[in-house]
Amino acid sequence: MRGLLSAVTFLPAAGALALLFVPRRRAGALRAGALAVALATLALSLPLFFGFDGEAADYQFEELRRWMPTLGIAYHVGIDGISLLLVLLTTFLAPLVLVSAWRAIEDRVKEFVLTMLILETGMVGVFVSLDLFLFYVFWEAMLIPMYFVIGVWGGANRIYAAVKFVLYTMAGSVLMLVAILALYVQHGAATGAYTFDLPVLARWVIDPGLGQNLMFLAFALAFAIKVPLFPFHTWLPDAHVEAPTAGSVVLAAVLLKMGTYGFLRFCLPLFPDASLLFGPTVSVLAVIGVVYGAWVSTVQVDLKKLVAYSSVSHLGFVMLGIFTLNQQGLVGGLIQMINHGLSTGALFLMVGMIYERRHTRLIEEFGGLWKTVPAFSALFLVVSLSSLGLPGLNGFVGEFLILVGAFQTSPWLAAVATTGVIFAAVYMLWMYQRVIFGEVTREENRRLPDLTPREWAVLVPVVVFIVWIGVYPVAFTGKTEATIEALITQVQSKASVR
Amino acid sequence: MPPLAVPPVALGPLLPTLVVLAAAGLVLIFDLLPPRESKAHLAAVALAGVVGALLAAVWRWGRPGRAFHDMVVLDDFALYVHVVVCYAAALVLLLSTDYLRRAGGESGEYYALVLFATAGMMMLASAGDLIVVFLGLELMSLSLYVLAGLFKRELASGEASMKYFLLGAFASSFMLYGIALVYGATGATNLDRIAAASAGRAHDPLFMLGLGLLLVGFGFKISAVPFHMWVPDVYQGAPTSIAALIATGSKAAAFAALIRVLVVAMRGVQPDWTVLFWALAAVTMTVGNVVAIAQSNVKRMLAYSSVAHAGYMLVGLVAGGAPGTGAVLFYLLAYTFTTAGAFGVLTLCRRAGEEAVEVGDYAGLGARHPALAAALALFLLSLIGIPPLAGFAGKFYLFGAAVRTGYVGLAVIGVLNSAVAAYYYLRVVVYMYMREPEGAGAVWAPSFAGGLALAIALVGVVLLGVIPAPFADLAQAAVAPLLR
Repeated sequence: MRGLLSAVTFLPAAGALALLFVPRRRAGALRAGALAVALATLALSLPLFFGFDGEAADYQFEELRRWMPTLGIAYHVGIDGISLLLVLLTTFLAPLVLVSAWRAIEDRVKEFVLTMLILETGMVGVFVSLDLFLFYVFWEAMLIPMYFVIGVWGGANRIYAAVKFVLYTMAGSVLMLVAILALYVQHGAATGAYTFDLPVLARWVIDPGLGQNLMFLAFALAFAIKVPLFPFHTWLPDAHVEAPTAGSVVLAAVLLKMGTYGFLRFCLPLFPDASLLFGPTVSVLAVIGVVYGAWVSTVQVDLKKLVAYSSVSHLGFVMLGIFTLNQQGLVGGLIQMINHGLSTGALFLMVGMIYERRHTRLIEEFGGLWKTVPAFSALFLVVSLSSLGLPGLNGFVGEFLILVGAFQTSPWLAAVATTGVIFAAVYMLWMYQRVIFGEVTREENRRLPDLTPREWAVLVPVVVFIVWIGVYPVAFTGKTEATIEALITQVQSKASVR
Repeated sequence: MPPLAVPPVALGPLLPTLVVLAAAGLVLIFDLLPPRESKAHLAAVALAGVVGALLAAVWRWGRPGRAFHDMVVLDDFALYVHVVVCYAAALVLLLSTDYLRRAGGESGEYYALVLFATAGMMMLASAGDLIVVFLGLELMSLSLYVLAGLFKRELASGEASMKYFLLGAFASSFMLYGIALVYGATGATNLDRIAAASAGRAHDPLFMLGLGLLLVGFGFKISAVPFHMWVPDVYQGAPTSIAALIATGSKAAAFAALIRVLVVAMRGVQPDWTVLFWALAAVTMTVGNVVAIAQSNVKRMLAYSSVAHAGYMLVGLVAGGAPGTGAVLFYLLAYTFTTAGAFGVLTLCRRAGEEAVEVGDYAGLGARHPALAAALALFLLSLIGIPPLAGFAGKFYLFGAAVRTGYVGLAVIGVLNSAVAAYYYLRVVVYMYMREPEGAGAVWAPSFAGGLALAIALVGVVLLGVIPAPFADLAQAAVAPLLR
C-alpha cells in the first residue's frame, strides 16, 4: 500500500495542526481529539505489521519521492524487520501516554497535546527514514518537542534537565551531521553519484581506515549519547526524573531506542570495518553500563531515579547484543529494545500513578501497599518481574538471547553481564518489597484509592504484550530474523572485501 | 589631449536602485507637503518603492547588463542580493511604523534614509569597480549612522550613532587606503582589470597590503572578529528596526561586495586569502557564540549572534567555488528572514511603556501571547539551525560545501559552535515558556504592519527550510558566472 507509511508518520502532525484551531479552554475536547488522532495512527499502523513479509529482508512499504534532486536528497521512507517493531511500539504507546496524562497535565493542555503529537511524528519519522538527510531532519526536529515536554511540564529542576538534555544530544548529533556530509562527499567522489540515499550508500564498500573510523565515531557518539552508553549517560537521570510521567515514558520507551536503532541501521552497515574494530570497546562500555546501572539503581531512594538508572543497565544489554554481531545477539538486542520500551514504560507509568496519589516518589514513604491497593500491587509485580527478566515474561527472552550471543563471542564479558541480571533482581525485588510488602507504615497510605478504570485501560494493553512476548516471542522475532540475517551477511561480506 | 569620451548612458542596469532612489525622493517631497500627524503615507510610499525594486530585480533576472564602463554590473548575483536587501528593507519598513510612533521617533527623514541606505546596499551588490564599492558603502553607512542615532533624547542611541560613525569612518579610510594601494599596484580600480593586472604578481607587497586593508574595511562591515567591537553597542542603542536593517541588509550587501572583490579581483591570490579567512571564520564563530552566552540583553545577544553568523558565512567563502559561494548567498537570504523576524518580535514587545529588551521581560510570554512567542521561538530555533527551518538549510549548504572542499576541520568547528549557540537561543525560549514573570512582563504592542512582517518572515523561514533547493540552486547559478 503506497503512502501508508507516510500517513502513519504525518497523521499525528496533521492532527496537531487541526487541534491548533480548537480553543484552549476546551481542554476535554483537546485531550479527546489528541487521543482520537493517536488511536487512528495506531489503527493505520497495524496493517504495517500484518502486511509485513517476515521472510523478506528488503525494505517494505517503501516510498520514494523527489525532494531536492540536485543534491541527491529524496523523500525515501520504508521499514524492515528492525524498524517495524519500533514504529509499532511508538504508535502503541502514544495513545497510552495521552491517557496517562489525562489528569496529570492540567496546565497548558493545548500545548501539551500538540507537542506530544508532533513528537510522535518526529519519532516515527526517525524510524522510517531511509535518506540520511531526512533522518537527520527528524532526529534533530524531535529534540525540540521533547525539550518542551521536560521544560514546561516537568518537576522542580526541569529547566536544568531540559537544557542539559538538548545540549548533550545536540553536541553529539552535530558531529554526525559532518560525518553524514563526509560520507556523502566520499561516496560521490568515488562513484560519481552524490546521494543521501541509505540503501545506495549501504551497498557501497567504503575504504577501511581513518576516514571510516572517524565517521563511525561521529555517528556512534550521537547514538551513544542517546542510548545512553556509559559514560555518556549523565543526562538521563536528570531528564527522566524531571520529565512528567508522559515524557519519561516516551523518553525511555522510544527516544533511547533511537540510539540503539541508529547503531543497527547506520553504524553497522555503513562502517563495517570500524564496527568490527570498535565493537569490543563498545561491548566493554555496554557491560560497564549493565553493571554500573544496576549498582546505582540498588541504592536509589527515589522510585523514578531507580527506574531511570535501570534503563542504563538494560540498554547496556541491548548494546552488548548488537555488537555480538551474531544472530542471537542481534535478535535479542532488538527484542530487548521492545521489551525495555514496554516494561520500563509501564514502570514509569505506575510510578507516575502512585506519585499522583501521594505526591512523593521516595521509597521510604511507602510500604504495605498490597493491603491498600492490591490491584496496583499485582500489576506492579508483573511489570517489575518483566523488567528483571523472569522467564515467561518478555524481559527474559531478550536477555537470554543476548547472553547466548555474547557467550559465543566473548564469554568473559557475558559472564560479567550476567551479574547484571542478578543485580536487577536485587534492586527490583528489594524495591518491590519495601514499597509493597510489610506493614503499612504511613497513615496516608491507608486511604489510597486503587486503580481507576482509566489506569486499567493504560496498563492492561502493556501487560498483555509483556506476557505475549514472554510466552510466544516468535510472533515478533519472526518478523525480524530475515532482516537481521541479511544485516549480518552484509557487515561480514563488506568487512572482508579488503 | 584626447576629447573626453562621454560614456553611453544605460540606466537599465541601475533600474532597481533607481526605483528605490525615486521613492526616496518622493518621500522627501511628500514630507514637505502640508504636514500630517501620521507619517504612515510616507511608509507606504517607501514600501511601494522597495517592493517595486524587488519586482524590477525579479523582472531583470537572467538578463545581465553592464553600464558606465563596467562600473555597474547587474548580473544574477547582484539581483539575488537585491532581492535579499529589498526583503530586508521591506520587513524593516513594515516593522517601523507602529514601533516608531510608540517610541516617539516618527519622522519623514527616517523613511527617506532607510531608502537611501537600501540604495547604497544595492549599489554595493552591483559594484564592478572599487570606486562604486566605496560609493555604495558610504551611501549605506552614512544613512545608517544617522538612523542609529534617531532617538535623539536617548543617550544609548547617541552613543550608538557616535560609535558607529567613528569606527565606520576608520573602516572607510582603511578601505580607501586599500583601494589606493591596489590602484597603485595594478593601475586599475575595475575589478576585472585588477584581476588581469594582478595575474602572476601574487607576492607584490603593495598589492597584498592593499588587499589586507580592503579586508579590514569589509571585516568591519560584515562584523567579523576582531572588527566587531562596535556591533553590540550599536545594536543595543540603535532603534530595534534599524538594528534589524544593519544585521540583515547591510551585512548582505557588504558580503556581496566582499564576494565580488575576492572572487573576481583577487582570484589570483585565492590561496592567500583563503588561509586568512579560515582563521577569521573560526575566530568569528567562536567569539560571537561564546560572548553571546553572557548577554542578558536580547538585542546584545542578537548582536553577538549576528557576529557568529558572519563567521558561518565566512566558512562558505573559504570553501569557495559555486557550492561555497552559493551557500553564502543562500544563507544571506535565510538569515535575513530569520533575523528580521527575531528583531521584529522585539519591536512588537513592550514592557511598562518601554521597549522589552531584557531576557527577563520575556518571561511568561508563551502564556500571554502564544502566537507571538511561537513566532520568536521558531526564529530562534532557525538561528540555532534546527531542521526543517531556514537556518538549518543554510548551515547544511555552508558546511556541506566546506566538507566537499576538504575543510572538514572548519565544518567541525562550525557545527560545534551551533551546539554552543543552542544554549543562549534556548535561554530566551526557557524564559518565554518555562519561567513565570517577575512583575509585569512584556506585552504585545498591536501592529497590523508588524504582524504582516512577522507572517512574511515566518513563511520565509519555513519555506526556505522545507524546500531550500530551488533557492539554493538559483544562488549557485547566480555565482557561477563570477567564478569563471
